[in-house]
Parts: sequence; C-alpha cells; structure tokens
Amino acid sequence: MSASAVIFYILSAFILVTGLLAVTSGNIFRSAIWLLFSLTGVAGLYFWLDLQFIAAVQIVVYVGGIVVLIIFSIFLTQGSGKQLPSPHRRRAVFSALAVCLGFALTCVMLRQQPFTRVISFRQDVLTADMGVDVIGAQLLSTTRHGYVLPFEVISILLLAAMIGCIVIAIKTKPGDK
Amino acid sequence: MTQVPLIHILFVSTALFFIGMYGLFTRRNMIMMLMSVELILNSVNINFVAFNKYLYPEKLEGIFFTLFIIAIAAAEAAVAIAIIINLYRNLRSIDVEAADEMKF
Amino acid sequence: MPNAAYLIIVLVPLLPLLGFVILGLFGRKVVKNYSGGLGTALVFLSTCIAMWVGYDYFSTGAGPDGAYHAFKVLNIHWLSFGPGFSIDMDLLVDPISVMMVVIVSFISLMVHIFSLGYMKGEQRYGTYYAYLGLFTFSMLGLVLSANIFEMYIFWELVGCSSYLLIGFYYQRPSAVAAAKKAFVVTRFADLGFLIGILILSFQTQTLGFGELIQLLGPGGQSLSDSLSLPGNHGLFLGFPIVSWGLALIFVGGAGKSALFPLHVWLPDAMEGPTPVSALIHAATMVVAGVYLVARLFPLYAADPAVLHIVLYVGAFSALLAAIIACTQTDIKRVLAYSTMSQIGYMMFALGTGSGGNASGYTASMFHLFTHAFFKALLFLCAGVIIHRVHSNEMKDMGGLRKQLPLTHICFLIACLAISGIPPFSGFFSKEEILSAAWQTNKFVYGLGLFTSGLTAFYMFRLYFSVFWRRAPGHGDPHPGTTPLSMKLPLVILAICTVFTGFIPFSHFITSDGRPGETPGLGPNVVPPILIALLGIGIAARLYYKESSRPGRAAKAVQGLYTFARNKFYIDEIYLFITKKIIFNGIGRPAAWIDKNIVDGLMNGLAALTARISAAIKGAQSGKVQDYAWFFFIGIAGLTVLFIYIYT
Repeated sequence: MSASAVIFYILSAFILVTGLLAVTSGNIFRSAIWLLFSLTGVAGLYFWLDLQFIAAVQIVVYVGGIVVLIIFSIFLTQGSGKQLPSPHRRRAVFSALAVCLGFALTCVMLRQQPFTRVISFRQDVLTADMGVDVIGAQLLSTTRHGYVLPFEVISILLLAAMIGCIVIAIKTKPGDK
Repeated sequence: MTQVPLIHILFVSTALFFIGMYGLFTRRNMIMMLMSVELILNSVNINFVAFNKYLYPEKLEGIFFTLFIIAIAAAEAAVAIAIIINLYRNLRSIDVEAADEMKF
Repeated sequence: MPNAAYLIIVLVPLLPLLGFVILGLFGRKVVKNYSGGLGTALVFLSTCIAMWVGYDYFSTGAGPDGAYHAFKVLNIHWLSFGPGFSIDMDLLVDPISVMMVVIVSFISLMVHIFSLGYMKGEQRYGTYYAYLGLFTFSMLGLVLSANIFEMYIFWELVGCSSYLLIGFYYQRPSAVAAAKKAFVVTRFADLGFLIGILILSFQTQTLGFGELIQLLGPGGQSLSDSLSLPGNHGLFLGFPIVSWGLALIFVGGAGKSALFPLHVWLPDAMEGPTPVSALIHAATMVVAGVYLVARLFPLYAADPAVLHIVLYVGAFSALLAAIIACTQTDIKRVLAYSTMSQIGYMMFALGTGSGGNASGYTASMFHLFTHAFFKALLFLCAGVIIHRVHSNEMKDMGGLRKQLPLTHICFLIACLAISGIPPFSGFFSKEEILSAAWQTNKFVYGLGLFTSGLTAFYMFRLYFSVFWRRAPGHGDPHPGTTPLSMKLPLVILAICTVFTGFIPFSHFITSDGRPGETPGLGPNVVPPILIALLGIGIAARLYYKESSRPGRAAKAVQGLYTFARNKFYIDEIYLFITKKIIFNGIGRPAAWIDKNIVDGLMNGLAALTARISAAIKGAQSGKVQDYAWFFFIGIAGLTVLFIYIYT
C-alpha cells in the first residue's frame, strides 16, 4: 500500500462523508458548508490524478462560484437560521432503498466490465502532456480533435443563461402586468 | 495512481452519484436539491477524468468534457437560483412541496 | 295486354301517398282548409285509374285459355340476400288484387267525401286527411304486393296508419288506450305472420307468391326436389313444417281480421272517428287477413289440417260475434261485432275449399266485395246519426225516421242486404257461402244458417231501436241538417248495395283464374231467407215500440245474456293473463335482473374503476421528488430488463 493509495482512500472517504453530511444535515447553512468541503475534496482528487488545470477550475468555479451563489440565495430566501423540516419517513426509506438498489446494480455492471485498456501499470506508453497551454491549444484548434465549436456553443449558452437569469429573476414593477 | 485500480475510483464516483440522488429525493428544500444536483455532476466529472487517465492517457477528451460540464453546471446553477427566487416570491417559501399545483 | 299497359296501376297507391306527404308537411298551416279537397281529389284520380284498370283487365285481360293470369308489373330489385333470393318491390295484377284495388279506392273515396262534411271544423283537419292518405296508400300497396315480405311491410304500415287514425282524438284516454290495444294485439299476431313467412321462404328459398304456390302447392314437391330445396319435407311435432308456416300465417291474418281470440281490439277501435271506422274497420283493413288467405289459397287448399283450423275459427268467430252483438247498446259496437261476424263468414267460406271444390273461394271474395259496400254504408249512416244526436248510445236515439229520411232509407237497404234478403247484394253472396258450406261440412252450414238468423235479428234490433221505437219528435229535438257531402256517399253506396249482387262474380274470380259457372238458385236458397225473416220478425216484435218485452226476454236467458253483454269476459281473461301471469311471472323478474344484475354489473364496474382511480391518484402528488423517484425506478428497471433479460 503505497502513499498515493493511502492518500486516495483518505480523500475519497472525505468526499463521501462530507457529501453524506451535506444531504442529511438539518441546517441549510451547514449543508452548504459540507458541500463546500465535498467539492474541495473532489478538487483534491483531481490534484491526485495529476490534473492541475481541472482542479484549479473546480476550485475557482465550483467552490468559489457556485457554492457562494448558493449561500447568497440562502440568505436571499431567509432560510439560514431555521431548522429544515425532516423528510417523511416513508420517502426516506423508499429513497434509500432505491438508491441502494441503483448502487448495487451499477456495481454489478462495473464488475462485469473487463476494462481491457487499463494501463495503470504500464510505463511505456507516453501519457499526454496535460499542461494548460496544451489544453488551451487543443480547445481552440479547428482540426479534427479541436474543440472550438463546443467552446463557442458554451459561450453562447453562458450568455443565454445570464440573460435568462436576469429575466426570470427580475422584479416586475407593481404597476405593470 | 499506479496502485489504485480503476474500479475503486469508479466506486467512489458511483457512491457520490447515489448520495446526490438520495439528497435529490429526500430534501424538502429547493436549494438543497440544487446542492444534490451539484454532487451528481461532480461524480460524473470524476468518472470522465478517471476514464481519461486510465483508459486513454494519450488523449485529452475527458478533460474537455469535464471542463464543459463545469461550465454548464455553473450556468445551470445560476438559472436554478433565479427560478427559486422567482418561485419564492410567489409561494413565500422554499419548501418544494409548496409547489404542488399539478396534483390530482 | 302486355305488362306495360298495366303500369299505370303504380299511380293508384302513389297518389294517396303524395297526398299524405303534402298534407303531412303542409296540412297544418298552409292548406288547412283545402286539405279535404286535395285529399279527395287525389283519391278520386286513384279511383278512376283503378276502375279503368279493372274494366280493362276483366274485359280484355283473359289469356288464350280464357283464364285470368297474374301479371307482375314494375319489378324493383330491392334487398338482395344472396344469389336468387331477394326482397323485391313489385306489383301483382291478378283478379283478386284488381278487385281489391277497386274496392279500396272506391270506399276510400266515399269516406273522403263523407269526411268533408263530418270532420268540418275539426282542428286537425289536415292531419286527418294526411292519415287517410297514408292508410289508403298502405292498403293499396298491401293488395298489390307480389311477394309475401312486401305484403308484410305494407301490413305493418296499415297497422301503423290504423293506430294513428283510431287514436285521432288523442286527448281522450280511451282513444289512446284503444289505439294501443289495436296495435299491440295485431303486432302480436304479426309475430306469427313473420315466423310463418320465414318458414315458408326457408323451405322454398323464395318470397314471391307465384313461386311459393308453385313450389309448395299440389305437385310442387317434385319441382322442389329437382331444385334441391326442402319443399314440404320434414316434420315438426308430427306435422309438416309447411303446415306450421301456414298456420302461423293464418294467426297473423286472424289478428288483423279480428277473429277469435284476437278480436278484442275491434270493438275498442270504434273510438276513432266514424268515417275511419267505415274505411278501416268495415271494408278494408279487416279484410286483409281474408285477402292473405285467399292469396295463398292453393297452399291452404292442399293442407286439410290447416284448412280445418281456418274453417272452424271463422265459423266460431261468426257465431260468437253475432251473440255478443245482440246485447250491445252502442251503435258502433253493434256494427263492429257485425263486421267480425261477416269476416268470420268470409274466412270459413275460404275454409271450405278443399277437395278440389273451390266455390268457397269465389263465395268469400264475392262476400268481401258486397260486404264492403253495405258495411261502409251502415257505418256512414251511423256517422250521420251520431252527428245529429251527438251520442253513440241507442237509448238516446229512436223515432229518427222523420228527421233523417234519406239515412233511414239507406240504413234499411243496408240492413236488408246484410240479412240476406233478395234482391239485395248480400243475399247473393251469402247464398254462395252457405251452399259452399253445404257441400263440404254440414255442421258448419248449420252454424252459418243460425248465425245469419242472429244477424238479421240484431241488425233489425238496431234499425228499429234507432228509427222506430219512439214517436218522431218525442224526446229531444235534434235540429240541424245533414250536409250534401255526407248524403252523397250514402246514396252512391246504397245504389251499389242494390245492384252489385247481380255481377256474375264467378266469371271473373275463381281460385284458378278460369271463369266458372254462376251457381244457380235452387231450393237451397229457402232456409236462409226464412230464418232471416224469422229474425226480422222477432226484432220487430221486441223493438218496434217501446216496451218491456226486451227486458223480459233478456231475463229469460239471464246467464247467457250477462255473458254476452260482457263480451264473454275475454278482455278480462287477457288482462288476467298479462297482469297476473306475465307481468308477475316474467316481467318483474326480468326487470329485477335488468336493474340489479345488468345495471349492477355496469355500475359495479364503474364504481370499481372509480375506487381504483382514487387509490392510485396519490401517485399524482404534484411533488417533484416523487416524480423523480419514480423516474429513477423506471430507468433502473429498464436497465435491468434490457441488459440482463433481453440479451
């Protein structure tokens, strides 16, 4: 059991435990914080997998953007201090059952996959250079493996999302409508 | 990285996925549901990068997918918050069971 | 004459139908005052055409062997059930159909003219003439039918028109009840008719009269065998199937002709206006049954068992009706029972036609012919009397001979005719009937003789009670005059009654179409005349003057008198059977089953559906998370299905 495996197991335990706490906590603010930890854990996992760029993006966008947004909205809807109502017993039981069923099914299917291409122990194959510049170049390249088109589409999507949010959330003046 | 089999990473992501799903089913608060959805999306991200690293290390596609998913998740979270705020103004509560006008 | 020349006979039923359509659509508002004129004009045209065709047919229509043949005019192929088997709409020109066309259109014309005066001022004048047109059309269609199913269609139409006309004064509950009774009783008989039609057509795979007679009559069995049809083979409960068919058809005919025991509707049908009674219940509709048996006469003649049924039912009805008529006090009821009696005569005259002797056929048709005239005359005179006296009961009448002189003469002529006094027409036709009976069945001859005596008695009882019993002017004066439109038909019909007896009927109408011999008047004419005179004498003695003799005579036969007065309680028996047995035994359980089991099943299904839906509507909770949960379970299920079970 090498150190990286130990680190991996600690990280995954952290992710899962904080995730579980996020969905079962009684206080909404606490839930948000547990979510923050869980996402940070995921960023840590990316670091462990040697993907620095993605990890950075994860922290900047997810942790620093989305969780903060969620906390803002908690404040806006004035629910931060109150205790959340716990779910109905029946729903909790049935959901847990469904979730366990799904998990078991997925694990069984995963087990049956041979994953013949796994080369975790082969050192002879060159791994791609995953530096930021390489990623950026391929993202904007127009060749066969370039991703410029999805990139442009995502930009438009973000624009649409921005405009949509403003339109949906705008307060109509009392005289109109 | 060399010592952890792919399957273990996939287990982790699957578990995170189903934890998020449990939260989606049981939490009565709309914002909590949004948080659970973020967990689900993250689990998918882990899957993508794991497959990229273990099965196709010479390519970058998994990273790009992850990138795009993160971007889209951000947009989607923003829109969801906007909707929640709008709904909050009408229903005066963020309890998801308050929006049950489609019941029988 | 080729068939096309008789094509004009199509107009005869169609003109009254046109009258019905026009008056039915517009008779209420637009042409109200002219309805009578329009209806009468159309029927007048019909009558002229009918008379012309009749003259043409009987004078020049004889074939090379001197026999009158049947012609099919106008063959319209209507409903086809298979190759060679179809219901057609075609018209048959044949001695009896031409005779009937003449009678029906002529009497209808008389009734139309009479109603111009009788129904004047009636609010539903247009409707009345529309119904009369419909009836005339239906009856003419019935007699001109060339196949038995077409006749059944017109049979039902006639029943429907008679229902409409009997119930014409629909505000009176008794009229409505009478119309219903007529319709229900005849409908019940028509069930037998229909089953009979089905039996006969099944055995022969055809519906036309000509073909039926050919295949089922004498000598038809070999023809049926060659065509591989069942024909007259096969027995059902010991009797040949075709006999059953003929007997059932006779049941249908008996219902329409008011023979025992299906006669109960006829007296009640007098609720309709009197001209209607004259048309329908004296001269035309009630003879439809006789006409039907005459149409199928070769088949009946070949089947002695059924022929005996016809004979005895006819004779018994004649006698029963005569006995009841002796006790009735409503003038129209007496005439109704008299009609039933005379029809019984016609029927048993047909029933004597066995063993190759078909003089009964000619006699029956001759009596039908003369009876139409004098019975219509009797009813129309009754109409005049009722119009003046405003009541139907004999006790309100009496001594009317000075106030209604013309009616008096006509009524007397008709009574003499019906009693069989020479030289009036009734004498000749009754003679022929009785001599046909004498030749085949002496017992029935005796019954017929006795009945003719009773006939004379009750008709003259009626005559004396109405015109003589009291001194003229005694009692309430009945002011008013009879309009010309009501007098004219009386005169015409009286003339016909006097002279139609002299027509040599057997030259024209016999069972095989060949002209026959007119039976001579031998010594066997004497007993009927004597017995008629006896009846007249007794009636005169009892009713000439107001006295207590009728009361004493009734007391002398107390039991029989009460029975006859109450129509032998036949109506009560029917009511008992229907109310106590059929309603309670069959109707109520059937209703219970229908309400609780059939309806209950449906309601139970609906309630079950409602309960199931109430139970599962909870799934539609409106909560997003529930929907998401179901969605996920579905996906998981499908995954398992497609990955593990279907690979």
